Amino acid sequence: MGSSSSSLNNVPDGQQLMQETGFSAAHLLRLYERFKFLDKDNRGHLRSEDFEAVPELSENPIGDRIVGAFFLPGQETVDFSSFVRVLAHFRPTEKNRTRAGAQPEPANSRNRKLKFAFRLYDRDRDGKISRTELLQVLREMLGMQVTEEQLQSIADRAIQEADLDKDDAISFDEFRKSLEKVNIDHKMSIRFLE
Amino acid sequence: MEDLWCVAGAIFQLWMVVVVFFIMLPAMFGLSLGVTGVYIQILVKILEWATIRIQKGRQEQPSVPVPLHTGIIERARGSMEEQMGQLRCPRPPAAGEFCLSDAMYFCKKGLESIVDDQVTQRFSSEELASWNLLTRTNQNFYYISLRLTIIWGLGVFVRYCILFPLSAKKWLSELVHLTCYRICARGLSATIHYHNKENRPQKGGICVANHTTPIDVVILANDGCYAMVGQIHGGLMGVLQRSMVRSCPHVWFERSEMKDRHTVTSRLRDHVAAKTKLPILIFPEGTCVNNTSVMMFKKGSFEIGGTIYPVAIKYDPRFGDAFWNSSKYNMVSYLLRMMTSWAIVVNVWYLPPMTIQDGEDAAQFANRVKSAIAHQGGLLDLAWDGGLKRGKVKDSFKEEQQKMYSNIIVGQNGIGPPEKCSQTKEDQ
Repeated sequence: MGSSSSSLNNVPDGQQLMQETGFSAAHLLRLYERFKFLDKDNRGHLRSEDFEAVPELSENPIGDRIVGAFFLPGQETVDFSSFVRVLAHFRPTEKNRTRAGAQPEPANSRNRKLKFAFRLYDRDRDGKISRTELLQVLREMLGMQVTEEQLQSIADRAIQEADLDKDDAISFDEFRKSLEKVNIDHKMSIRFLE
Repeated sequence: MEDLWCVAGAIFQLWMVVVVFFIMLPAMFGLSLGVTGVYIQILVKILEWATIRIQKGRQEQPSVPVPLHTGIIERARGSMEEQMGQLRCPRPPAAGEFCLSDAMYFCKKGLESIVDDQVTQRFSSEELASWNLLTRTNQNFYYISLRLTIIWGLGVFVRYCILFPLSAKKWLSELVHLTCYRICARGLSATIHYHNKENRPQKGGICVANHTTPIDVVILANDGCYAMVGQIHGGLMGVLQRSMVRSCPHVWFERSEMKDRHTVTSRLRDHVAAKTKLPILIFPEGTCVNNTSVMMFKKGSFEIGGTIYPVAIKYDPRFGDAFWNSSKYNMVSYLLRMMTSWAIVVNVWYLPPMTIQDGEDAAQFANRVKSAIAHQGGLLDLAWDGGLKRGKVKDSFKEEQQKMYSNIIVGQNGIGPPEKCSQTKEDQ
């Protein structure tokens, strides 16, 4: 596809993002509009306060974690490229896609999706979901609806099931193995309309 | 050269005569010449033709990206339980077990709302499936053919040179009289269809309607006299308000008084109790929504007692976007936009009166009325509070999510399902 429309030029790094993420020009345009909408003060980048302005996100029990996933460690702003790169994880996986060996793994591969989900749990990014981290997520998702004991019990059971090398933490491989039979593509994909 | 001026002067005079005789006089006597009806029909034909041209043009130029009309994504449907339940864990999914993939459900929901949330969509103008030849609603359409551009240019000319001066003159003159409202409607080229007039609000009742624009008041007042409740505004709105007081007795409040619900409620109660007073007109949503849905009705209006006469107002979006985003436009620029639109076509349905039932509280009654209005007007019945446009969501929504999730994991009481002997992985 050679020709690009004039309006894609308004999108920063439009062509490159198209190739990298696989989003179509129309989708990128729309995402850019959304980005500009969220960027109320017109700074050209988003801060965490801008995400908080989305009402449905405030209602989400792990809303803060999701917002955190957009920010690289140590950074406080998100530019449009980073915004799109994160969203690229949620494109449905393409089946039978052949790629040259040197090309990097696409963002929406099953593995990358799993990694994204793993990082939601593993906040300190040490490669393992510790018991404490698991308890934190559970507490966020369940709020005050369960007692401390119940919470511990749930965490115990989860670690017991997934932790194969018995180090009381869940590594990425153990995480992946535990979700072998789960349809990750379905759970971690957003249906972008044509 | 002077001949030209003479001719121009004559034309102008003729034009004024036309204006007076064909528009102002009938308006004062509530007659209609049916011109507007014909005008609307012609408009529809033109707009449909334009849409077809654009679609044809788009097929011939595939490099132009097709703009997405509705939301950018399709939301997953189903309850939390259904969506989580789909293939959660490798072992037989016993109800009440946490699975590492559960966080993915919340994650997906969160990302969906970042890309395209339902609430903020309500507050931007309804995207039109066809382009109605107004540049304002034209976000993504391109120059497709010469013919379209000519028509568009003609449209601009007609709107700004003919329709606008017509209405500006009238807007000034009608500040004083009740018939002003009718001329208003003419000035905005508004065609209003009233349905079920037998249900029109009676004296001593409360009229409740969904709210899209400040001209909702004009629309309703065209067909009856109401007592308005509202804040005193400064500026142009204030002038209009003061003039309206002379024609009907209204109930105006200072902004600080509005905060005191009891003052408001008791004053309204007095008004309603006097059965001879005109029906009060209230917009319970509290803010302008973009006419595709009805947001939560504040229950205050429903605590007053008395009979509620619900009214559904729906604007036809094909002809002009009547939505007023008060955080984006001020009143004057909004009015200008309205007057230079093609036309405003409104449907007003008067619904049968409702009263509060036994065992129903104000909030439930409010919901019932809201559903009736939404159903009649073909609008979406949303549970979101209209105050969201300005404020933040209460924490109770988050708690609801947590409650739903804990019901799935933990059940109503205790942890998980009873232990079964066949389970192999349990350490005892």
